Amino acid sequence: MSRYIARRLLLAIPVLIGASFFIFFLVYALPGDPVRALAGDRPLAPGVIAELRERYNLDDPVFVQYLKYVGGLLQGDLGIDFSGRPVSETIAQRIPVTAQLALTALVIEAVIGLIAGIVAGIRRGSYLDNLVLVSTTFLVSIPVFVLGFTLQYFLGVQIPLFPISGTNEGLYSYLLPGFVLATASMAYVARLLRTSLAENLRNDYVRTARAKGLPERMVIGKHTLRNSLIAVVTFIGADFGTLMGGAIVTEGVFNLPGVGRAVFDAVRSQEGTVVVGITTFLIFVYIFFNLVADVLYAALDPRIRYE
Amino acid sequence: MRRSRVASVVALGVASALVLAACGGGGGSSEGGGAGAPGGGTFSLNINSDPENPLVPGNTTESEGSQVIRALFTPLVTYNNETVEIEYGGVAESIETEDNVTFTVTLKDGWTFHDGSPITSSSFVDAWNYTANVENAQGGAYFFSKVVGYDGENPKPAMEGLQVVDDRTFTVQLSAPFSQFPLMTGYNPFSPLPEAFFADPDAFGRKPIGNGPFKADTEYVPGQGITLSRFEEYAGDDKAQAGGIDVRLISDVNTAYNELIGGNLDVFRYQVPPELATIAPDELGDRFFEREASSFTFMGFPLYDPRFQDPRVRQAFSMAVDRPAITEAIFSGTRTPAYDIIPPTIDGHRPDACQFCQYDPARAQQLLAESGFDTSQPVELWFNSGAGHDAWVQAVGNQLQQNLGITYSLRGDLDFAQYLPLAEEQGMTGPFRLGWGMDYPSPENFLGPLFTSAGLPPAGSNYPFYSNPEVERLVAEANAAPTNEEAVALYQQAGDIVLTELPVMPIFFSVSQGGHSENVDNVQFSPFATDIVLTDVTVNG
Repeated sequence: MSRYIARRLLLAIPVLIGASFFIFFLVYALPGDPVRALAGDRPLAPGVIAELRERYNLDDPVFVQYLKYVGGLLQGDLGIDFSGRPVSETIAQRIPVTAQLALTALVIEAVIGLIAGIVAGIRRGSYLDNLVLVSTTFLVSIPVFVLGFTLQYFLGVQIPLFPISGTNEGLYSYLLPGFVLATASMAYVARLLRTSLAENLRNDYVRTARAKGLPERMVIGKHTLRNSLIAVVTFIGADFGTLMGGAIVTEGVFNLPGVGRAVFDAVRSQEGTVVVGITTFLIFVYIFFNLVADVLYAALDPRIRYE
Repeated sequence: MRRSRVASVVALGVASALVLAACGGGGGSSEGGGAGAPGGGTFSLNINSDPENPLVPGNTTESEGSQVIRALFTPLVTYNNETVEIEYGGVAESIETEDNVTFTVTLKDGWTFHDGSPITSSSFVDAWNYTANVENAQGGAYFFSKVVGYDGENPKPAMEGLQVVDDRTFTVQLSAPFSQFPLMTGYNPFSPLPEAFFADPDAFGRKPIGNGPFKADTEYVPGQGITLSRFEEYAGDDKAQAGGIDVRLISDVNTAYNELIGGNLDVFRYQVPPELATIAPDELGDRFFEREASSFTFMGFPLYDPRFQDPRVRQAFSMAVDRPAITEAIFSGTRTPAYDIIPPTIDGHRPDACQFCQYDPARAQQLLAESGFDTSQPVELWFNSGAGHDAWVQAVGNQLQQNLGITYSLRGDLDFAQYLPLAEEQGMTGPFRLGWGMDYPSPENFLGPLFTSAGLPPAGSNYPFYSNPEVERLVAEANAAPTNEEAVALYQQAGDIVLTELPVMPIFFSVSQGGHSENVDNVQFSPFATDIVLTDVTVNG
């Protein structure tokens, strides 16, 4: 098992190098002059433009820029953004915010999604099953910003149960945004589990288990559910990466200073160092959580063994 | 029936979130309006993006950073908030000149920086030399282009035109007469810098040591903001009423508005988006405030394109645009129609300076027919993407189509990174959107950078590549005029030529709108767009 994990982590290295170059190249390939975007409607002295281009290596070919970037990286320097701030500082400041948001969302998604999925899967065709079906369709189809602003207005402004925005109230600040971020995924989790559970309940081993007189709770809890969870665990593992990088809208609505916003701004202003720094970190998180999901398989299904 | 089920599930979700909340625990800290010094109190204020650059006055020319910089720094002169005239409320006791070329600046006694170090002539001269030196890549470098010895191309540590006479006196020599120079010195890049800045510019940019009515208590935290408190030893007359400011970054304007309504944000400053503009005045009542502002939006004509070289074509286009319809229907009154190139906040503005900006479809058709403009070819309308210009440019297009029978296509696919270089390379194929904001309250700030050869890109924003010797002459004459009245009259004459030849068609000026909580009073905008006069704000006990 530990050899398997070590091998998977080693494999992550070429992936990270390849991905960082690919992203670097994509940012570089964006048309236009980032220095001009920086100034907007305001003019800049020609000498200032030249100085900024030199400072951020914008006049070098992309390979040279990348090598300079990697050269710095090897010395532990992630580069600086256009306002002169080290990218490492940006990451250190913003990752915890996004990680808290993503974890909150993950917990909400798992708890609500699993309960709804189990209820719907066991009692297929019942009132509760239909309720889950309709409500998940509804949740998936509301755009995140609509849900975000609606909940913010009713539960933040009208009935002040939650902070309207910001991170001033610690973990409590993350509940409403976490719920908003989790809605779509929670619907998928519920549906995935429902289908998987319904399918497994028709299997021979379930019939055998029932035939030998196991109580229904054991049949479902110990045998069927465990089997059905594999698909859900895969989804949740992969989803954490998505939640980390894809929270731009939620972070905007609830004014959370996370990475989503930072990457969005950096792409718009073509700050290659910021985009590469943060996304490479996110890719690592993604790889790591997929690995965790893979390891969990073995725990769920005794037939799976990693050598 | 179905709806109630859905509601129950949503409620279930919320309920479970609440349960989690209870488990998580979390303090219910209150914010805004904490108790400060007597007659003080703290209020919160929003900015809607991180300052683009470190908080150094010479490198801060955009609105959000400026709001913070203006709290932390006081330059040589200030402006009267009503008349927008120059006032010696800053560090300068006087700025005197005989010939509009050499200016002698005398500083007031007793001014210090927040770290206690005294403000001397060198605080200004060293700061200005640093900002003007292109090697330091300061955004405000070009504001020193009129000083003798300025080099916009190559590194140059000191300009010959700045000379320290003694601790409280220095002279500025300009390369050409410029009567508006004292007016300029109220702008950020003309602020003084303490010695601490030169020792460590990076640290300074995070937590500036200024000389303004407020000082920085914390570093600026990107994504969050900065906390300021009143500078008790402030030597200026405009001492802060409030004890401190909590500057909070709220990037989404709707979120910021919700925070205001929810009572967590004391001062909400923004150019209120049209969808809020219809609600805010009613909802806020007397806590709503607004002011005509100086941001000027217009469409430039590519004068290098033969199609747009006949002034009658440009006049026809301009007269076919119903400006009030645009500002009302699309902006709900958060913009005001522009009939001048000098904005309403500035001395010299005339509400009807532009006769060819009056909506007159019949006259427009006549002018276009006389010019022999080929209406069979579509006209491309350009604007930079992602900045909310789509709707109004399309409205301009529809009006051109309706009133002149011209088909149009929208070219709103480029962002600034591509848009400006294209304009600079003379690549625009039709009218293109441009904007300009006031740096200092002089008509010259609009005429010079937009309509003279000194303003050709990238040094200025004369993207239509307009040049008229008569305009240049009048602007130069105005710059050298002995009194401000004469200068303004000459600027207006230059403006008249521009408004007849119409290298650009003025469309609208901005209106700044905002709101404040019950917690504060005396909140108003300064002449600078969305800038709040922070020293006036009082916190209710």
